[in-house]
Amino acid sequence: MPSNGYLVAALAVMLAVTFCLRAAPFAVLNRLRDSPVVGFLADTMPTGVMVILVVYTLRGLDLTTSPYGLPASLGVAGTAALHLWRRNALLSIVAGTALYMLARHLG
Amino acid sequence: MATETTETPQVTGPTPRSPVRAAVQDTLGVGMGLFPLGLAFGVLLTQSGFAWWWTPVFSLLIYAGSLEFLAIGLFLALTPLASVALTTFLVNFRHVFYGLSFPLHRIRGPLRKAYSIYALTDEAYAIVATKPPQQLSSTRILAIQLLCQSYWVAGGLTGALVGAALPAGLDGLDFALTALFVVLAIDGYRAARDIPGPVLALLCALIALVLAKDQLLVVALGLYVATLAARYLLRKRNSRHAQ
Repeated sequence: MPSNGYLVAALAVMLAVTFCLRAAPFAVLNRLRDSPVVGFLADTMPTGVMVILVVYTLRGLDLTTSPYGLPASLGVAGTAALHLWRRNALLSIVAGTALYMLARHLG
Repeated sequence: MATETTETPQVTGPTPRSPVRAAVQDTLGVGMGLFPLGLAFGVLLTQSGFAWWWTPVFSLLIYAGSLEFLAIGLFLALTPLASVALTTFLVNFRHVFYGLSFPLHRIRGPLRKAYSIYALTDEAYAIVATKPPQQLSSTRILAIQLLCQSYWVAGGLTGALVGAALPAGLDGLDFALTALFVVLAIDGYRAARDIPGPVLALLCALIALVLAKDQLLVVALGLYVATLAARYLLRKRNSRHAQ
């Protein structure tokens, strides 16, 4: 087991690097607040980043062996369909997750 | 290719009265993903030989989910601090992109701003950046971030303390995080009405999945920012031609 001193130092390094990464854009951005570039990014970034995060959370999926990613596909499709229809975030997430878990247990 | 941005935001449902209550509503879906993930982290950490109280220490000092999972292996291997710094930089580099569209200017006071930056996780960004900034008060954003961190810490503590006694049927609950990102992608599309963005993002993610699965987030986000830069330059050139 690593010593407490090492653990605290390593955690502090992670804290410092993470905070700097999260703070970096704001230091530059204050001067660019009303620029058209930032406006364009604010419109186009969030949706794209969410799509990337969806793929990221599913990166471990194995499509070559049973159940061939079917539960996850069902879960994503169910969540999306429900959200396009009812526009209720909590309902979409709960029902989509339930659909995924059910498909996994049956598969 | 260029799409019009409308000034009128898409409002889903009635606007709740108190900002804290609104924040609770905003974060319920995320909580469903964060709590079980935190739980898994707590179980893993204690099973690796750490005392239970390391779970909240990790989650308060690092507070970046994927990095915390990685940290367990790094620390057990006594990885040199310089390598720890480099790994952190690579894994969390994506957060540089979040600041570009996170409404930090809505938050009042330097200490609150500092907390908001510290707690700018994937999930906090996902909730906040997909809402019209004029609907977000300082209190609401901070409450969203505090709640997200509480779900994560509470999940971790629960996992560390009850660990092995948990029912097996609960696995798969972390799909809630995927579902959350699907919902937020749709909300983001409704607010911005931009079709090429999500299509290009999906392409970037799939390219990164094939080429660099272990660095998927950094590679996909880097590619996506490059496509955005290209789109912006194209749009600027087109509007100059039109004049």
